[in-house]
Amino acid sequence: MIHSLFLVNSSGDIFLEKHWKSVVSRSVCDYFFEAQERASEPENVPPVIPTPHHYLISVLRHRIYFVAVIQSEVPPLFVIEFLHRVVDTFQDYFGLCTEAAIKDNVVVVYELLEEMLDNGFPLATESNILKELIKPPTILRTVVNTITGSTNVGEQLPTGQLSVVPWRRTGVKYTNNEAYFDVVEEIDAIIDKSGSTITAEIQGVIDACVKLTGMPDLTLSFMNPRLLDDVSFHPCVRFKRWEAERILSFIPPDGNFRLLSYHVSSQNLVAIPVYVKHNITFREGSSQGRFELTLGPKQTMGKAVESVLVSSQLPRGVLNANLNASQGTYTFDPVTKLLTWDVGKINPQKLPSLKGSMSLQAGASKPDENPTIIIQFKIQQMAISGLKVNRLDMYGEKYKPFKGIKYMTKAGKFQVRT
Amino acid sequence: MSSGSGFGDEKGGSSSVGEPEYGHDPASGGIFSSDYKRHDDLKEMLDSNKDSLKLEAMKRIVAMIARGKNASDLFPAVVKNVACKNIEVKKLVYVYLVRYAEEQQDLALLSISTFQRGLKDPNQLIRASALRVLSSIRVTIIVPIMMLAIKEAASDMSPYVRKTAAHAIPKLYSLDPEQKDQLIEVIEKLLADKTTLVAGSVVMAFEEVCPERIDLIHKNYRKLCNLLIDVEEWGQVVIINMLTRYARTQFLNPNVNESLLEESGEKAFYGSDDEEGKEEKAEAAALAKRKPYVMDPDHRLLLRNTKPLLQSRNAAVVMAVAQLYFHLAPKAEVGVIAKALVRLMRSHSEVQYVVLQNVATMTIKRRGMFEPYLKSFYIRSTDPTQIKILKLEVLTNLANETNISTILREFQTYIKSMDKDFVAATIQAIGRCATNIGEVRDTCLNGLVQLLSNRDELVVAESVVVIKKLLQMQPEQHSDIIKHMAKLTDNIQVPMARASILWLIGEYCEHVPKIAPDVLRKMAKTFTNEEDIVKLQIINLAAKLYLTNSKQTKLLTQYVLNLAKYDQNYDIRDRARFIRQLIVPTDKSGALSKYAKKLFLALKPAPVLESPFKDRDHFQLGSLSHLLNAKAGGYQELPDWPETAPDPSVRNVEVKDSVPEWTKCSSREKRKEKKVEKPFYSDSEEESGPTESADSESDSASGSGSGSESEESGSGSESEESREESESEQEDKEDEEDKRKKKKKTDRGKVKAPAVESPESEESSGAEEKNRAQKVKGRRSGSESESEEEEESESESSRSESESESESESDTDAKKKKKAPVTKPPPKQAKKESKKEKKEMSLLDLDDFEPTPSPQVTPVNNFLSSSLVTDLEGLSLTDTVMAPTTIAPSGSVKTYELLHRITGEGLGVEYCFSRQPFSPDAHMVAVQIMFTNNTNAETKNLHVEDPKLQSGMRIKEFPEIELLPPGEMVTVVMGIDFCDSTQAANFQLCTHIRKFFVSIQPPVGELMMPVFMTENEFKKEQGQLMGMNEISEKLTLGEKCQNEHGIVQRVTSAANVSRVPCGSDKECRFAGKTVSSGILVLVTVATKEERAAQLTVNCEKMVIGTMLVKDILQALTQ
Repeated sequence: MIHSLFLVNSSGDIFLEKHWKSVVSRSVCDYFFEAQERASEPENVPPVIPTPHHYLISVLRHRIYFVAVIQSEVPPLFVIEFLHRVVDTFQDYFGLCTEAAIKDNVVVVYELLEEMLDNGFPLATESNILKELIKPPTILRTVVNTITGSTNVGEQLPTGQLSVVPWRRTGVKYTNNEAYFDVVEEIDAIIDKSGSTITAEIQGVIDACVKLTGMPDLTLSFMNPRLLDDVSFHPCVRFKRWEAERILSFIPPDGNFRLLSYHVSSQNLVAIPVYVKHNITFREGSSQGRFELTLGPKQTMGKAVESVLVSSQLPRGVLNANLNASQGTYTFDPVTKLLTWDVGKINPQKLPSLKGSMSLQAGASKPDENPTIIIQFKIQQMAISGLKVNRLDMYGEKYKPFKGIKYMTKAGKFQVRT
Repeated sequence: MSSGSGFGDEKGGSSSVGEPEYGHDPASGGIFSSDYKRHDDLKEMLDSNKDSLKLEAMKRIVAMIARGKNASDLFPAVVKNVACKNIEVKKLVYVYLVRYAEEQQDLALLSISTFQRGLKDPNQLIRASALRVLSSIRVTIIVPIMMLAIKEAASDMSPYVRKTAAHAIPKLYSLDPEQKDQLIEVIEKLLADKTTLVAGSVVMAFEEVCPERIDLIHKNYRKLCNLLIDVEEWGQVVIINMLTRYARTQFLNPNVNESLLEESGEKAFYGSDDEEGKEEKAEAAALAKRKPYVMDPDHRLLLRNTKPLLQSRNAAVVMAVAQLYFHLAPKAEVGVIAKALVRLMRSHSEVQYVVLQNVATMTIKRRGMFEPYLKSFYIRSTDPTQIKILKLEVLTNLANETNISTILREFQTYIKSMDKDFVAATIQAIGRCATNIGEVRDTCLNGLVQLLSNRDELVVAESVVVIKKLLQMQPEQHSDIIKHMAKLTDNIQVPMARASILWLIGEYCEHVPKIAPDVLRKMAKTFTNEEDIVKLQIINLAAKLYLTNSKQTKLLTQYVLNLAKYDQNYDIRDRARFIRQLIVPTDKSGALSKYAKKLFLALKPAPVLESPFKDRDHFQLGSLSHLLNAKAGGYQELPDWPETAPDPSVRNVEVKDSVPEWTKCSSREKRKEKKVEKPFYSDSEEESGPTESADSESDSASGSGSGSESEESGSGSESEESREESESEQEDKEDEEDKRKKKKKTDRGKVKAPAVESPESEESSGAEEKNRAQKVKGRRSGSESESEEEEESESESSRSESESESESESDTDAKKKKKAPVTKPPPKQAKKESKKEKKEMSLLDLDDFEPTPSPQVTPVNNFLSSSLVTDLEGLSLTDTVMAPTTIAPSGSVKTYELLHRITGEGLGVEYCFSRQPFSPDAHMVAVQIMFTNNTNAETKNLHVEDPKLQSGMRIKEFPEIELLPPGEMVTVVMGIDFCDSTQAANFQLCTHIRKFFVSIQPPVGELMMPVFMTENEFKKEQGQLMGMNEISEKLTLGEKCQNEHGIVQRVTSAANVSRVPCGSDKECRFAGKTVSSGILVLVTVATKEERAAQLTVNCEKMVIGTMLVKDILQALTQ
């Protein structure tokens, strides 16, 4: 299946290689570099590149290309999904998945890769199992290790691989038993020029942080499970139970994990929490353009819209922007033509606005494209779909855990066309 | 193949380029200036006694490997540490070893003995890791050692080691393909493995080593289907892809109905045995004509078991299921995958890229499927260009008359995008919409013409190209557009666009007779500066004009041709020469020039704008080959559906503790022969002999059975041999079962015993069958029905024995008591019965219970007084699962009707509460459901659908019954969690043709299960349940239940409770707890003088208490 893996940084250097079968020369990456050169943007490198003897399947995360070399037919998603899992694991281990972090922890990285694939076929990809095998580096542990000469490699053997619940470590112990669930919903929307919604949908996830002793068996029920149209589960969730009763019943993995991601049925109208008034004009023959933007809250159910960030890719002809923000700060990068405006919280009494002029290249005709405005925001303590967790019960263990549920709504791919 | 050259490069590269860098390499220690010195240092560290130094050295070496630097000269120093105590050092040495062993084969052999030792380690994880590293060392000399190790590991008792063995198979195969035959043997063995851990890995090995040996899958097909949901996600992908291919070879195309009449006729016989088949052939054939296509139950099984995986978090799994449905499911069912695929569009862009490619292919064949999700394919300005273009493709494929206006509006905004490649693709897309949908052609054309005035040249050029294609469809009406385009030649520089315009003008020069020569004039002027494709079109234009309007253009044409004659490009020179000969009349010019006009101005067919994804679906979707639209190495062609289905019985599996379907035929034949020869009684008497021997055998079989069970949990250690042994015993057992079935036939002929009042033995056999059904749950229901039949025969035979006693008394104890004084039945009879009882117990054992003392004890019950029985209960009945079978003295299990055979159109369904714990879920009440097919047609795919339940209630459906032959009866068990309420559970009972709404309402007494407690415990519990929780009622006992036994029997038949031993004979006490929430239910019946009595029920749940009092009261007073 997966023959080799090369990690390539943004400047095109291979800084790590790993082979699971016979060694494949790194010159195979030349085909990748060719494709990279051809692509205008880094994300436009085709994920699958055929070469005379191999196929290169790559993913781009954190400005690092993870290039897998395969030799024969294998479902491309299989490889892509696995590579993303590798990145997630690195992130989980090192906090960041940057070139520096990988280089600093090259031995751990190598050990991880060794465990994750056997002969190119995934072996252990569950974070709980991996952490049992190879302990994540922490500052404290690094210090201790250098003094005592002990190692990162777990002394005990990976019993998790043998159990019926491979995602959970055995012998978990906590003094404070707690289970936190974050219901995070994202609104994906396209708003057209006139402010009407072209498409809007809600995607949600429930991320959990469960630190419970022993082998707890949890059930989570919703007040309104009908809202959930399409769901995908962590493997720990018992599917039959969900089918029959719409209850999430599961033995949780230890630590952080994504319990569920869902899509709210498209029949429901999506409440759009913000509106944008905009007036971006370029006049023919003049080297000036007008830029006006006002944000306001809408359908927020009384909750404040926070961490608002507006960004827009202005046309190439714009040389500079001279704007005035009533609130927050704005930046304009004359090279990339990216305008960002960090608004912060929207005050309904005093709506934030950004007004001013743009200077255009002299003599050039007016740009005929209009920039798209991308908006990010957060609303705390609300799930925009109205999803509510009813209760969380624990079976199988005697203690009383501390339970917490947090709701949040965020902008997903929220775009306003102008 | 590239590995050899790879090494060369590696060495060369690292020695020339890599070496000088070493000094600056922080991981390898910057202080060492020269190369060999540094390695000396590492060697020194590796030779030292300190683990920390060794570790440090290994870390540096691994860092070197990671950077692709050569560290092979350290091999001897590193290999020495292979047996190091420190785990991390050891692991890093493994990493090094696997990387360089291929280069240093001789030295690598030094390490082999360490791994061989590891293979014998008592710890399964050490065995596994030893095998893993051993098999990763690519040294040809050790092939025999690896082979041996793999074979041994394949029969290891630890599933984890077996998994590792499966992983090792492809490694060995790639090292030495000669071993294929031996490896296939191992694969075959591992395919039979029942653990989820192994399944994915072995199928992966199968796919790499012998994907063509589809016959190996037959026997494991159903198992794989059933295990699928519990296999780890990567294994799921591999298994699903393999099963897709398998299904394509074994089942019929569900979407082709016409040609299948014949085969489905054949299929109708599936499962029915030869004899009956022969008799019914004509009938079945007639039937087949009515329902042309019937899906193979195994085909259905696959579809059903993969569907939940659409909910997987792993995109690869979702895609695998999607492609399975696309390739295998009936049209009507494919739709389910759309939602899941649309969900994947939220994922990383690489995932989107692959998914969109596949969606694009699907939308061509099944457009309707994705239409509801049209908006999910709308393009965002932040999408990468390759995603945008794929989305555009999907949108174009989805366009139809109804949604075209919204799509076009959307396209209009795309045209304003800054991403010019994307704009160009959008224009192409508009062109395709225009050609596909006639209604919007003019609108599109107008829109495109407007784009001609766009400032961006690329946009204009692309529009020109598309307009050209559109105009070709109806040129007459659009001469003004052509004129407009002619004007554009002054401005447009993009060669493709210029060429397109020139071609258009040439082609339709008759529509623009005035402009065309002028264009040619201009072009002639700039001819030398044009691109090649433009030049070719200028020549083309000149030729066409010469033919239509030679007066005006003769000289111009000559001029152009002369220019072309001396062009640098030989294509152009060739063309010029060719055209000159053709159009300019000379004396030598042949016959062709007469036809020049026809040649040049022939009517050209309009181009068809096609999706590049058309016909891609001959590649298996989701595969690499599909993505590249080219066959990748190792791609297994997706076979076409077979014309006739291959024999489906190849998938039947001989299951240890039930009779498989295919043995049915032969056994029945045998049975029929014997039936006539022997009278019933002698038969059964004779049978007691072999029965006993079978008894002891099956005991041992059960031992091994449970052994293999516990193996899964990693504790047991049962060797392969014992398993085989049990297999052979199985055969013995079958023989015995044959006999019994034969007996049953006799029974059926002689006695018509309605199941309703069948006594104790029915109960116990029902119980037994229940246990069995639980064990079997995942297994084929066909085999269940078989075992059921056999049980039934058991009960009926014993019933007919007691028939002579004219007593329908069901309590065995009571029976015994009565029998003794009457002495009607000879003691032999009783003895025989006890034997039978014994045998039944051992049959139970077979199912996998560890033999407990209880079965040995319980038969004695029959001869003991009931009080003793109750005393014994506390002692021997440790196994709760076993318990009800042995004590539940209440004979008559009430049967309720679920579906009358008239309303069910010949399908009669009855149910009863078998009072067995429902093993899949202890909170559920087991409901035994009996299907009788009274029609003369087969009923198929019996299953439960769409349960409508009160909140909190749950249903565990019985496994689908694939086939119910006419006149046959099948019993299955389902579990219902009634939540301790007597609310009915409503659901639909579906056959392959009909759905019936049915409901099951439990009597309150069935909501509980027996609890065993001592008198003291009972009193203590009762003390806590006073007051509101206690309900008392006075009553007068009915005629038949004046004595203690009568009461016991009545109460236990009304409620599933067990008797609590009691000191006084005036009082009968019973205890139970509700199944769902485990609340205690205590019943006391205190008898007084003259049939008067007092009934007390203590229960926390007052509703249950009240209802129970009512029920028991009724039972006792009758």
